Amino acid sequence: MNYVLIFIGAAVVNNFILSYFLGICPFLGVSTDLKKASGMGFAVTFVMVISASVTWGIYHKILVPYNMQYLQNVVFILVIASLVQFVEMFLKKFIPPLYSGLGIYLPLITTNCAILGLTLFMVIKNYDFIESIFYAFGAGSGFLLALLIMAGIRERIDTADIPAPFRGAGIALITAGCLALIFMGFSGMMK
Amino acid sequence: MKEFVKGLFEKNPILCYLLGLCPTLAVTTNVVNALTMGVSVIFVLFFSNVIISLIRKAVPTQVRIASYIVVIATFVTIADIFLQANYYEISRALGPFIPLIVVNCIILGRAEAFASRNGIVPSMLDALGMGTGFTLILCLMGSIREILGSGTLLGFKAVPAFFPQFLVMILPAGAFITLGLLVGAHQALKMKYKIK
Repeated sequence: MNYVLIFIGAAVVNNFILSYFLGICPFLGVSTDLKKASGMGFAVTFVMVISASVTWGIYHKILVPYNMQYLQNVVFILVIASLVQFVEMFLKKFIPPLYSGLGIYLPLITTNCAILGLTLFMVIKNYDFIESIFYAFGAGSGFLLALLIMAGIRERIDTADIPAPFRGAGIALITAGCLALIFMGFSGMMK
Repeated sequence: MKEFVKGLFEKNPILCYLLGLCPTLAVTTNVVNALTMGVSVIFVLFFSNVIISLIRKAVPTQVRIASYIVVIATFVTIADIFLQANYYEISRALGPFIPLIVVNCIILGRAEAFASRNGIVPSMLDALGMGTGFTLILCLMGSIREILGSGTLLGFKAVPAFFPQFLVMILPAGAFITLGLLVGAHQALKMKYKIK
């Protein structure tokens, strides 16, 4: 039950995009059409789960025993950057269809703050290994969900008559605000 | 001088390029948090621009992004530890958003687009200008949200008692909407005065 709660908490109640504001750049950048949005969403979920498991191991098995927690920022970002690189090479070699599906979104993920944010939250919340995996999976699914909803709305907005200064980023941000309001409705689900 | 001024309005990193949005939205529930974040970003941006401009000829192009990130992460760690030691309350309130400066696209963006191609003095001015532009918008957002959301400014009562408090302004939704309106206003101003 605990695992289900962590999953739902990360996916809808504390949605990474709409309540922690992590991963806003890809959220605004690739939410212009549904196909790109789902590619990015799946790529992020995939990398989140892998980097959560690797950084959990490094933090609890190497940094904590040697009392080097102050290195966490530097270590985490290096781990994520090299992990993304490895995942990219691995997929290219062994699972080409998945590679061409995720395509250019993989390298972009390195600078996605949702991934680094996830690993930092994992440390702050002091999750054990299995909990971290569920947390990462929930956060990734929430990211995908928000991205898909946003892309669906923006495809419609494109054809709407919007005042010139608000075209593009302005209206996208206001739409995101409305989405965040809607997602707040979920907060009653958990204490 | 030109390098300094451009970051303030014309090429403001938040309003024009939509860079560094995560901290902009997350920490602007009040002015103190916004200011702390702004000053930390100026600090990190300034020193990483200086170092990157110094080492720009020594770093091979293939590994430049990784090297920049290490330089940036070092200064972020310094800022993080400094805040923890001296301003514990604020550091707690900002949570993981100080470490997250590492992946703030403004810093890597300026390193890549400016400091890696220019000398030290222009890089310093660029960092100060961009950082100040960032901080200005952060404080503006912080003031708007704090006044409307909790009726205070810098913790002091700012509006008459009969004025209603809009709780939504300090919630995530308020952040998105405020920034959306600011981006729109910035675009409108630019269109009016025909600034490209």
